[in-house]
Amino acid sequence: MSALATPAETPALSVQSLTTVFQTPKGPVRAVDAVSFDVMPGEVLGLVGESGSGKSVTLRSLMGLIHAPAQVSGRVLWQGADILAMPKKALRRVRGGEVAMIFQEPMTALNPVLKVRVQIEENLAAHSQLDARQRRARAIELLDLVGIPAAERRLEDYPHQFSGGMRQRVMIAIALASNPKLLLADEPTTALDVTIQDQILKLILDLRDEFAMSVVFVTHDLGVVAGTCDRMAVMYAGRIVESGTVAEIFARPHHPYTRGLLGSVPRGGAERTMLTSIEGTPPSLAVIPQGCAFHPRCAYAVEHCVAKRPALERIGLGRMVACFREAEVAAAGAPV
Amino acid sequence: MRAIEAPPQRSWRSRFKVAGLPATLIVGGLVLFASLVLAVVPSLFAPYDPAAMDYNSILAAPSLAHPFGTDSFGRDVLSRVIHAYTIDMQIAVFATTGPLIVGVIVGALVGYAGGLAESIFGRIVDAVISFPQLVLVIAIVAVLGPGLTNMYIAVGVIDWVFFARLVSGEVKVQKRLDYADAGRAMGYTPMRIIFRHLLPNAITPAIVYWMTDMALAILLGSSLGYLGLGAQPPAAEWGVQIADGKNFMATAWWISVFPGIAIVVTGLGFSLFGDGLAELMRTKK
Amino acid sequence: MSAMTNHPGAPLISVEALEKRFAMRQTIVGRIAGRLPLAVHALNGVDLAVHRGETLGIVGESGCGKSTLARCLVRLLEPNEGRVRFEGRDIGELRGGERRAFNRRVQMIFQDPYSSLNPRMTVRQILGEALSVHRMRPKAEIPVRIAELLDLVRLPQDAAGRYPHEFSGGQRQRIGIARALAVEPDVLVADELVSALDVSVQAQVVNLLLQLQDELQLTIVFVAHDLRLVRHISHRVAVMYLGKVIEIGPTEALFSAPRHPYTMALLDAAPELDPGRRTRRAATRGELPSPVDLPGGCLFNTRCPHVFERCQVERPLLAERGGDHRAACHLADFGTPAFEPSFTAAEPA
Repeated sequence: MSALATPAETPALSVQSLTTVFQTPKGPVRAVDAVSFDVMPGEVLGLVGESGSGKSVTLRSLMGLIHAPAQVSGRVLWQGADILAMPKKALRRVRGGEVAMIFQEPMTALNPVLKVRVQIEENLAAHSQLDARQRRARAIELLDLVGIPAAERRLEDYPHQFSGGMRQRVMIAIALASNPKLLLADEPTTALDVTIQDQILKLILDLRDEFAMSVVFVTHDLGVVAGTCDRMAVMYAGRIVESGTVAEIFARPHHPYTRGLLGSVPRGGAERTMLTSIEGTPPSLAVIPQGCAFHPRCAYAVEHCVAKRPALERIGLGRMVACFREAEVAAAGAPV
Repeated sequence: MRAIEAPPQRSWRSRFKVAGLPATLIVGGLVLFASLVLAVVPSLFAPYDPAAMDYNSILAAPSLAHPFGTDSFGRDVLSRVIHAYTIDMQIAVFATTGPLIVGVIVGALVGYAGGLAESIFGRIVDAVISFPQLVLVIAIVAVLGPGLTNMYIAVGVIDWVFFARLVSGEVKVQKRLDYADAGRAMGYTPMRIIFRHLLPNAITPAIVYWMTDMALAILLGSSLGYLGLGAQPPAAEWGVQIADGKNFMATAWWISVFPGIAIVVTGLGFSLFGDGLAELMRTKK
Repeated sequence: MSAMTNHPGAPLISVEALEKRFAMRQTIVGRIAGRLPLAVHALNGVDLAVHRGETLGIVGESGCGKSTLARCLVRLLEPNEGRVRFEGRDIGELRGGERRAFNRRVQMIFQDPYSSLNPRMTVRQILGEALSVHRMRPKAEIPVRIAELLDLVRLPQDAAGRYPHEFSGGQRQRIGIARALAVEPDVLVADELVSALDVSVQAQVVNLLLQLQDELQLTIVFVAHDLRLVRHISHRVAVMYLGKVIEIGPTEALFSAPRHPYTMALLDAAPELDPGRRTRRAATRGELPSPVDLPGGCLFNTRCPHVFERCQVERPLLAERGGDHRAACHLADFGTPAFEPSFTAAEPA
């Protein structure tokens, strides 16, 4: 179990008021709106939300991977330095070096015409002082580490020769080549089958321990969060609506959206009963409702929620929520 | 993240919009509308009878009386260009509509059936596209004899293949989508699935190509007219007119140049309209 | 929950020794050399029965053949071997009016809410077509019936005049359900009905399906990869692996006491919703073998932690484990208190 947010520690990554606005033909779209969170050393933070919640854009924004026409503002402090304000050369050292990223679809993230060996060695050459022979040895080591059988032979294969799960392992091996201190994972197991997902999640946790990495894990799957993350932040319509430790949030959600999400997932023991679903659909980022963005779908909404947007406020140690009615929601307890 | 992706890059021409419609559609549409009006009632606009010969002004340069000048028989070039709209627009429509209908039907059936039908169709396509179209048409007209009707037959024999190829490719894509399976699972007949469900989703490229094809047909028609294989003199037809002027290019350029401009403007009208149509269909989706 | 474990009368749908192969494209060299064409073995002898009024869940990972099975059930695919029977009749032999009646009575709902509706037809046209082709109502009554159907799937009345792209994914799935219900079927085959939807919307559609089943006495075959969902909605569950049913039984029995090592692994691998109950060991090793070149013996023997010699040579039959529960494993006591994993082989590399 890694460290939870204790005030004494300094965060490895500190995101402050991150805002990403896309310029579209229909006007500006605020995909990420004043998002702030900290990631402690060795911690796994889950960024949870449905489609259009801004979770993936958040992850890309903090690596400076958003292209124009879009503006990214706010601060992303990586070990004290602001990634968004870094000169290109320093950014290259951080990106793909101290901070590595893995994606949902490895087939599009890997270069299809280069052998796996070349792609790992490329990253090693960029971020280490190893010579050619050492690089090859390290590449074998890495493939072995991520659980690819016959690593030495598979080094000479191309990405398409690997299965989906193995490709994800290859991508993780490439990411690890630079000895990252922070791994950004964008739905890395969503395209995988459940037994393979299980293998990859366990692998990421093992590597977190071995490399003493922090991990930011973007996912829509609450089961994945429950099984792998230490803390979580729930996003809705571009904003964080609730954050805290996974255990606390699952036991007692304070935001009606979090509560609704938890109730939407069937659990054993209550077969063929109605699920406590949320009415309506997640809003398009182009037309976010006034006031609290969740109010049209919220069973707890009162007049106040339509007029004013609740701020994300601290309600306990490392526990934040953006809801006027959080006390009533919490009193209702976790959905069964 | 579908909602926030940047829109796909589009050609600069299609970005201009007038009243929500692509500007290309409007400009092309206006040109075609004007062409159509001239084709239907040329005598309202032509200052002279296109066949009337005036031996007092032979090979007269453009003037107020004859804005486009006169030809070697003293006929008014402007009037002949205007009257030629009737034949050339007729060529555009007649030469391409048959192939469009046949091609769309054959293409839809072949695309849906696949297998042997598709292999046979593929060989036909290979055979047709391995010859330059003009050469093939000339060969057929040479066998059948010159004239407009034979030209329509010659074009029709070849041209349907291009429509069929477009439609069959598109139907092949559409038939793999779940809504086609949904129709099959519902017990709908293949004919209903092909023509009610797949074709409306597959026909757009064929319609857009139809516009280009009409421009090509005018070009082909006037080429044959020029060679004496299409419309026959003394009919007013742009190709025939250009041929009329070919011996006087150095001294009386206007006989050939104005019909040439008419071909370019009409062709551009079709092409712009087709572009605009493609853009419109895409935004509708 | 009603007792669905004893089934009076004959099954509504039965599947017997169903096999389906998809031939792979052969190279010219291979054809000249006379090599046998390779094939993906999607279904390798599936036997099942679906009883009137029940929900049978079919669960498995990608490549297990569950979607192929669903498509064979509605005759979108013709099996290579075996048969599907509907009320005792082989559906491959139905012709003319009987074929049409089958097409009406067994309906499929598709996974992808974006491609399963014709983009150029309004909801009214989509529903109206189903009603008129199967002559469900006289022409004059069709608008009334469309209104009823929209009510049934909880869509607003003004939906009728709109095109599919004007709806969200969840609403589109409702339209798909309405289209299927328009012809008043007995059976709905739902292939990954909600897997393309957001979690909060999934719950709405699942609730709707449960309500409709009660209202209309539907029989449902619910095909999905999500164990939690299948468990929630099904009376009985069949687990598939490499084109075979390896375990089938009442939901409660199958989830609380799985009798096949693969089912066990699948349940262990599915992440628990309870953060207090996490494990750090992966439930399985290795990956799915190629469906082109199936393992001999038990299909799961390449990944099974309890494999022994017999598993390599003999394919186990789907055998009775008591209380309508069947499993295809040579370890007859697997999953019972008496079971000792004495056959555990050495750790594979």
